[in-house]
Amino acid sequence: MSYYTIIGLEVHVELLTETKMFCSCSTKFGSLPNSNVCPVCLGLPGVLPVINKKAVEYLLKVALSLDCKIPHRSKFDRKNYFYPDMPKNYQISQYDLPLSQDGFLEIEIDGNRKKIGIERIHLEEDTGKSIHTGTIDKSLYTLEDFNRAGVPLLEIVSKPHMSSPEEAGEYLKELRAILFSLGISDCKMEEGSLRCDANISVNKEDFPELSRKVEIKNMNSFKSVQKALFYEIKRQTEMIERGEAIQQETRGWLEEEGKTIFMRGKEMANDYRYFPEPDLLPLEIDRIWLEEIKNTIPELPREKKRRFVKDYNISNYEATVLCDNFALSKFFEETVRIYDKAPVITNWLLGDISKYLNAENLEITSTKLTPENLSEMLSLIDNKVISGKIGKDIIEEMLRSGKKAEKIVQERGLLQISDEEVLWNLIRKVMDENSDAVKEYLKGKTKALGYLVGQVMKQSKGKANPQITNSIILEELQKKTGEA
Amino acid sequence: MESLYNFTSYELREKLFKKKVSSEEVVKSIYERIEEKEEKIKAFLYLCKKEEVLEKARRVDKKIALGEEVGKLAGIPVGIKDNMCVKGIPATGGSKILKNFIPPYNATVIEKLLQEDVIIMGKLNCDEFAMGSSNENSACYPVRNPWDLNRVPGGSSGGSAASVAASEVILSLGSDTGGSIRLPASFCGIVGIKPTYGRVSRYGLIAFASSLDQIGPLSKDVRDGALMLEVISGYDRRDSTSVNMEVPPYLSLLEEDVKGLKVGIPEELTGDGIDEDIRKRLSEAVVLFEKLGVICETVSLPTLSYALPVYYIISSSEASSNLARFDGVRYGYRDFTGEDIFSMYKKTRGKGFGPEVKRRIMLGTYALSAGYYDACYLKAQKVRTLLKRDFERVFKDFDALLSPVAPTTAFLIGEKIKDPLKMYLTDICTIPVNLAGLPSISVPAGLIKGLPVGLQITGRIFEESTILRLAYSFEQNSGYHTVSVKYSRQKPEESNY
Amino acid sequence: MLTLSEVEYVASLACLELTEEEKKIFSQQLGEILDFFRQLDILDTEGIEPAFHSIPLKNVFRNDIKGNSIEHEKALSNAPQREGEYFKIPKIIGGGE
Repeated sequence: MSYYTIIGLEVHVELLTETKMFCSCSTKFGSLPNSNVCPVCLGLPGVLPVINKKAVEYLLKVALSLDCKIPHRSKFDRKNYFYPDMPKNYQISQYDLPLSQDGFLEIEIDGNRKKIGIERIHLEEDTGKSIHTGTIDKSLYTLEDFNRAGVPLLEIVSKPHMSSPEEAGEYLKELRAILFSLGISDCKMEEGSLRCDANISVNKEDFPELSRKVEIKNMNSFKSVQKALFYEIKRQTEMIERGEAIQQETRGWLEEEGKTIFMRGKEMANDYRYFPEPDLLPLEIDRIWLEEIKNTIPELPREKKRRFVKDYNISNYEATVLCDNFALSKFFEETVRIYDKAPVITNWLLGDISKYLNAENLEITSTKLTPENLSEMLSLIDNKVISGKIGKDIIEEMLRSGKKAEKIVQERGLLQISDEEVLWNLIRKVMDENSDAVKEYLKGKTKALGYLVGQVMKQSKGKANPQITNSIILEELQKKTGEA
Repeated sequence: MESLYNFTSYELREKLFKKKVSSEEVVKSIYERIEEKEEKIKAFLYLCKKEEVLEKARRVDKKIALGEEVGKLAGIPVGIKDNMCVKGIPATGGSKILKNFIPPYNATVIEKLLQEDVIIMGKLNCDEFAMGSSNENSACYPVRNPWDLNRVPGGSSGGSAASVAASEVILSLGSDTGGSIRLPASFCGIVGIKPTYGRVSRYGLIAFASSLDQIGPLSKDVRDGALMLEVISGYDRRDSTSVNMEVPPYLSLLEEDVKGLKVGIPEELTGDGIDEDIRKRLSEAVVLFEKLGVICETVSLPTLSYALPVYYIISSSEASSNLARFDGVRYGYRDFTGEDIFSMYKKTRGKGFGPEVKRRIMLGTYALSAGYYDACYLKAQKVRTLLKRDFERVFKDFDALLSPVAPTTAFLIGEKIKDPLKMYLTDICTIPVNLAGLPSISVPAGLIKGLPVGLQITGRIFEESTILRLAYSFEQNSGYHTVSVKYSRQKPEESNY
Repeated sequence: MLTLSEVEYVASLACLELTEEEKKIFSQQLGEILDFFRQLDILDTEGIEPAFHSIPLKNVFRNDIKGNSIEHEKALSNAPQREGEYFKIPKIIGGGE
């Protein structure tokens, strides 16, 4: 009997507007607690919200990029529930007339394309932050910071179209790439500017009555989303195996322990008493406005990917990896403009540079490497001023310091030796010291050539030009063959 | 010489500009009056310190003396209903839950008043969060009607009406969600204006029902009301529901002829539920208007009969959400016996709110809760559409509607407080106006058994000037406005109209 | 009449602690008021748009331009309890979204 999994994701994205959703306070992250606040976002008596137009436009950009339908009329509603991080004890959100619905996002999984439906995208205001003293189950008291309260938040709800944690991961990557390229959010899951909840149900064929939708919260990276989903699949499958019915509930992911735990059941679901926000007027999105917004949308990752494969002669895989990271693809194109060997740039970006970025957990834009410096370094290799190996040695310093390759090479005395006389002397010395290897070669063991070249490289500390070294050694060996 | 507190702001303005009196003298006279009356009337919740206020008055006097330009209400002592925020002085909304709350900002109407150099005397008593028709729901103490201290002044802007009627201030601001300006104006024999929804910014008004609330003036006569309305009206970018539309010069339009205007009298508001004496007053008013060349006809708006439930469902629903922010976290009263946040919420709100507010929060929460939303809240909003259509239909043929303000004159303190439904019926004539967002005025129509009674004139949206004109010509030709001024020269117990 | 458990449910949604006396009074009063509201049931509102706003306006926005926040001390000045830069409140257990 086989099992199948149904996954849907709810993603919250903080928008990169200057000001909050309904007041003109700054959205800046990391300010002194309770300093980016005003009577409106503190929910003082008597205040009124006013809609930030930019936030609406950002939403529409995302909606258009995800092929959503944008209804002519929309409105804001109040979602009523008590919680101390919410100053008004209601959240201004959107209920039955969201600004967009019914779109899709295309992901690629094992070389196959799959459309993941988008249920809806709506705008709302973020909450403040609660700081608990002590531990969560043995808390003494709580402190509240309302700096984040009122920051514009997009909620992007997918349809339950994903069938594996891998697909969920791809969906999140692709979604983040799109949001990045639109420039509407910095999408930092660690800082909470991108948050994700998942709905998952495991179903046994012919026994659907045992399955229920389970919501998982508290995942703070793409990796933990996938881990939590894997865990949940295992948990639910085991329950069904035992013939137990799964409960509809909300569970929390515990990263350290690598498991989900019960948070609350269906019967504790809140009665939010949604009703239209009387302090805000309805929205009407006309075609002209939409057209204007459409014109500001840059090329999206999936289109870009196709163009990269076509224009730059790189593989589909390489294009995907580049385009999944907006900053990297931008860096790539800027470099291509100066240095025209796209496959070489790709090798470097996806090789040593990505290795460094991953290890340091950095974006390319937060390093000091510039497209100009990278191009220059690649030209030095082409012109045989340095070897590729030296390039690999100095790239990290280039990323860290922003120094030009030439300068690093000079400082470290790494210029390639192409002077034949210098090489000749070095090669003679190596051949003298390794007469056994020379004899081997003469006996027909051509492998010994590589060994000799390697020795020269070693003694020159990688500076010997490998091509020239190779040809001189060959020439010398042939001479010896003649002698013998 | 007549006491300065007896004059209208329009009259005082003349005297001040001509330097016949100083603002300092006016303010002193007002303080004397307050000292004499306040103990009995209880119109104030907060009275500003005399020395500070006098200092402000002297600053205005200095400006006038130096020939500098001063505002339209320069040097005039004004009272503010306590549900509006004035920076630096307490705002309680008549509730215990806002104990010790001092707003760090000014309501837009306050900014506008201060721009015109008014002198703010203090904050005026009201029903808790403007919920009530009698002012008995104030968490501090009820206001008493200056005409009869055993009677209510009407609510919820009871302090605003009583203070003007008793000449404790020259003008005041009130708020009107279902009649809260017009009803107390009628009970206290003064003028009260509820502007078109969106005419006056609500920013800084502690919200009761957001889609119905409007701030408006209470005054001794129509001219004063028009003057204050001119000052507080206008678009405010901080209130999305305020309307970006030019404010007509109400004052200069007052004296235009009313001849040829068509006025309808809704038969639904002249039925059995209305006291006979009040119906008689309405008929007399019609006779007067006809003499002035106004065409008066009976009209029918069948949906008016449903306005009361519609109003209580919508206003309570909005209130249940608007009042959720009073939770003891950021300001106001907190009960410290709760162990965790939710028990703190429950105790704070349970002890901080009075019975009427709790009742309405319960009602509104119920009307919005799962399973009742469609039948209660949504149904009420749909009937509201029908009601608006009814008004739109009659306003195609009529320039204004004439009706009583309330079914009775001021009732006794304690008479209705135990029966909420009976209390709610007090607002039957005023409520439909708020549901349709219309402008409306209560203007004195004489006395019944020694108690004042008002006449309600309601207009098309944004046509405040038409109802002001009608009210002004009614007042000038009936002379009823002089009654309250005459009254205020006497001690309450001596009044025997 | 509203049942006591209905009254208790609504009170918990509204975060109101009611005394037993209040619960009794409310179950009766709210029942009466709700009965009175039922007169709306006879009106046919099929196909009628609800009138959520008094005045028909739409698309009121502000531009994304920074304004003044209030001073940090003013923001906290009305707090029943504070600690350093924060509003201090009792611990949170359960509830919420």
